[in-house]
Formats: sequence, C-alpha cells, structure tokens
Amino acid sequence: MKAARFESAPFLAPAAALLAVVTAVPMAYVVWLSLEVRTPFRAPAFVGLDNYLRLASDGRFWNALWNTAYFTAASVALELVLGLAVALAVARAGRTRALVYGAILVPWAIPTVVSARMWEWMYNPETGVLNYLLGARVNWLGDPTWALHAAIAMDVWKSTPFVALLLLAGLQGIPRDLYRAAATDGASAWTAFVRVTLPLLMPVILVAAVFRTIDALRVFDAVYVLTGGGPANGTETLSIYAYKVLFQTLDFGYGSALAVAMLAVAAAATLAYARLLREGAA
Amino acid sequence: MRRLGLWAGLAAVMAWSLAPFVWQLLTSLKPVAELEALPPLLPGSPTLEHYRAILAGEPFGWLMLNSLVAAAGATALALVLGSLAGFALAKLRPPGRAATLAAVVTLSMLPPIATVSPLFLMVSATGLHDTLIALVLVYAGFALPLAVWLMTQFFRGVPDELYIAARVDGCSALGAFVRVMLPLATPGLVATGLLVFIFAWNEFLFALSLTASTAARTVPVGIALFPGLHEVPWGEIAAGSVLATAPVVLLAIAFQRRVLDGLTAGAVKG
Repeated sequence: MKAARFESAPFLAPAAALLAVVTAVPMAYVVWLSLEVRTPFRAPAFVGLDNYLRLASDGRFWNALWNTAYFTAASVALELVLGLAVALAVARAGRTRALVYGAILVPWAIPTVVSARMWEWMYNPETGVLNYLLGARVNWLGDPTWALHAAIAMDVWKSTPFVALLLLAGLQGIPRDLYRAAATDGASAWTAFVRVTLPLLMPVILVAAVFRTIDALRVFDAVYVLTGGGPANGTETLSIYAYKVLFQTLDFGYGSALAVAMLAVAAAATLAYARLLREGAA
Repeated sequence: MRRLGLWAGLAAVMAWSLAPFVWQLLTSLKPVAELEALPPLLPGSPTLEHYRAILAGEPFGWLMLNSLVAAAGATALALVLGSLAGFALAKLRPPGRAATLAAVVTLSMLPPIATVSPLFLMVSATGLHDTLIALVLVYAGFALPLAVWLMTQFFRGVPDELYIAARVDGCSALGAFVRVMLPLATPGLVATGLLVFIFAWNEFLFALSLTASTAARTVPVGIALFPGLHEVPWGEIAAGSVLATAPVVLLAIAFQRRVLDGLTAGAVKG
C-alpha cells in the first residue's frame, strides 16, 4: 500500500491546508492569547495563568456558564421529546408527508438572526402578537427569568425540525416485521413503542442529542439578537460574554480565556457523549 | 377517529412551523400605522413601502449580493476540497483513515467563538479585514469537516469496481475521480452544497466580527444591526427578513430530497 500513501496525499493536502489555517492554527493561537494581557493602547505581555485566575473569581463568568447549561439542558430535552412526537406523527402521514417535510424545513432553513428578529417582534409587550393572542401583558424579554425561557422557546421552534428529521430517518430503518410480530403477540401500541421503537431508535436519538447539545452550548446569534444577553445579564451565555469582552471591551487576553473556557465545555460534552455512544455500541 | 387525531396533529405541526414566518410576512406588508395596534391581524391596506424603503434608502441590495458571493464562494471551495478529500478517504485507503475521519468529526464540534479572536487578528494582519475573501475562506474552513464527512459517505456508496475499472482502462487517480467518480456522486455534491450554502448564508458571528462596512457585510449582520435611532423599524426589519429568508427556504423546499439526504447521511448510517 505504499503507492496509496503517495496517491492520496495530493487529494487530502488542500483540505488539510485550509483546515490548518482556519481551525488548527487559530486554536493554538487562542490558547496563547489567553495567556497574555492584551488591551488597547498597550503592548501585549505574557502573564501566564492570570486570566484564568480572574475567570475563576468572575461572577459574571459563572452566571454565563449557568445560563449556557440551563439553556442547553432545557432546549435539548424539549427538542428531543417534541422531535420524537413530530417524527412519530409524520411517519404515519402517508401521501401528505412531502407537504409536512416542506413546512418543517422552514424553521430549520431560516437564518437564526431572522428567527430572533421574528420572535422579538412577537414577544413585543405592546404590539406583539403573543400577548394579543394570550390576552396577557407579559414583558417577555424585559424580565430575566421570562427572557431566558423566551430564548429557549425560540430555539425549540428553530431546532425541533432537525431532531424530527433525524428521528424520521431512524424510524424508517426499523423493520416493519417487528411491529407485526409485536401485534401478533398481542402487544399494545404503547408496549410496541416502549419495547420496539425506543430501543431501536436509541442510537439515532443519541446522535441527535449530541448534535443539538454541541450546537446549543455554543449558542450566540439567537440570544445575542433577541436580547443582547440582557436584561441584567439574565440571558448572557458563554459565547455572548466572550464576544462582548473581545469586541466591545477589546480585551483580547481575557476574552480569549473565556473562549478557551467555551472550548473546554464543548470538548467535555463531546467526550461525555463519545463515551455514551461507545457504551451504547458495545 | 384515530385518523382525525393524526390529521389534527399534522396540521398543528405545520401551523407551528409556519406561523412565525407567516406573521413576519404579514408584518412586512402592513403600513406603519397598522403596526402599532392589534387587532386586526391581517393588513387592512397591504403595501410594499417597507420593501421599497430598504432597497432604496439602505444598502440592502449590496448586503444580499455580499451574502450571495460569500455563500457561493464558500460552497464552491468546500465542494472542491471536500470531494477531493472524501474521494481519497473512501477509495484510496490512505493510512490512518479512521483517525482522520475521527479528527474531522471532532473539528466539526469546534465552537466558532473559540477561534474568532485569533481569526480577527490574522485577518487584520493580512489586510483581509472587511473583505469577502476572508468570509469565503473562514466559511469554507468551518464547513469543510461536514463536507469531507458527507462526501466520504457518498463516495463509499459508489461501487469500488467502477473505480478499479477506470484505473485498469488507463485513467490516473485524478482522471478516474473527475471522469467517473464525480459524475456518479452528483446527488451527494448537491446535498453537501446545499447544506454548506445554507450554513454560510445564515452565519452571523464571523460576519459580525470580520466585516466593518457594506464592502463585505452580509444580510444577517444587516438585519441584526438594523438602523433604528428613535424607533425600531419593525416593518423594514420584517421586509428584510423575508428577503433574507426567501433564497434559503426556497432552495431547501425545491431540493427537499437532497437536503434530507445530506442531513441524515452520516448521522443515521455512521
């Protein structure tokens, strides 16, 4: 296979080069930046772990971490449950299926920034359609607790279709015979769901959970455009806090340390899931 | 009775998916006076004034063009690099294939915020700040793990015999790739291209950080930073939203089959 080694190199090299420039080098560089003090109007200087010590005692960082974790846990859980319900319904749809697919692709395809602006307009306390339909006068985005849940609701709207589409593909892989056998054995629809559908769908459910968790942890545009992280930092996630320190305070040292913290959180989640997937496969 | 329940459920799913966008569409057609009160829900005297306003007064057309160039450029670059690499990983059996694919998947988990500060410094140092070239390179780079992964899956679906036959007939590896493998992987190319295009069209964080003016600013940034000195121009935002959404939603619906292939390939099979 010596020939193959040389043969494949020119095919792989261009992709490797771009990945090196756009992801690998920046990843090493961000770690270096996080060990420096880098603020406007002064020369960058190496300060070791100072930025990380500051981070450990920064209440706003812990607040952002908590918001990120809560946002992720709540939206991913809701998306999995609703996505499964949608997938089970659409799987029985027959001829109308293409129509339903078309409709649920809309939230998936829509730019996140647009979806944030749309929901901001619906959440508007005076002229928003939500308060009108509910006959309420809730200041959805003006109250820290409501605002975080409003952001979660928007994410659930936008991302449930992705989960539903993955699970639908998974459902189609379950052999019909198993349901016929279950029915012959006198199993109820519920028993068939618990004993056949859920266990056989579990690998796909896990994959959907991985994709959604990674994506929700790094949430930026959805919340940044909807609330800007407010009110009172009630919706500030790790990505938003890091972005503000980087581009509003122009503190590239501490901002990079926050970015590395985000990287660490994403890596920890990836490792945890990788382990879960391996156990599932074994 | 069960049939009825199913229909009701499906209707609810469709309404829930479409309602927010339909509301934005209605908003974009309402004159300013009608935006300030509810009811009525439907526009009393529909108008295109908001569309005229953003296309005439603001540089919205430029933003659309920038988005198109950035997304199309990134798609082309990611498809070329991704199909070359995917072909090699699927058919040439390079050493360390499994490790390479694992690395590709890991890279796709990378949160964009983690690299935005170094990329900003790198782009500024090379004079690429506020250019579409910077966006094309960054988008292609971020979409590349997905493109490599998907193209590997699609090339695996092409029988080895066809590749071997082409080589036996005297094609080089590159010749077999261009003349035999690529044409057979066209559905995969379309699926991958659609996902990359939609990702790049919708991207916000890099567009916000790496551009500074209408020279390279894209539509999502324009919509997020919509000028509103005194009052938020909801009608114009709604019109901009409709224009920003139309291309990707139409693409996704027109190529529904391919989009679903791309979304589920790898996730379900892999």
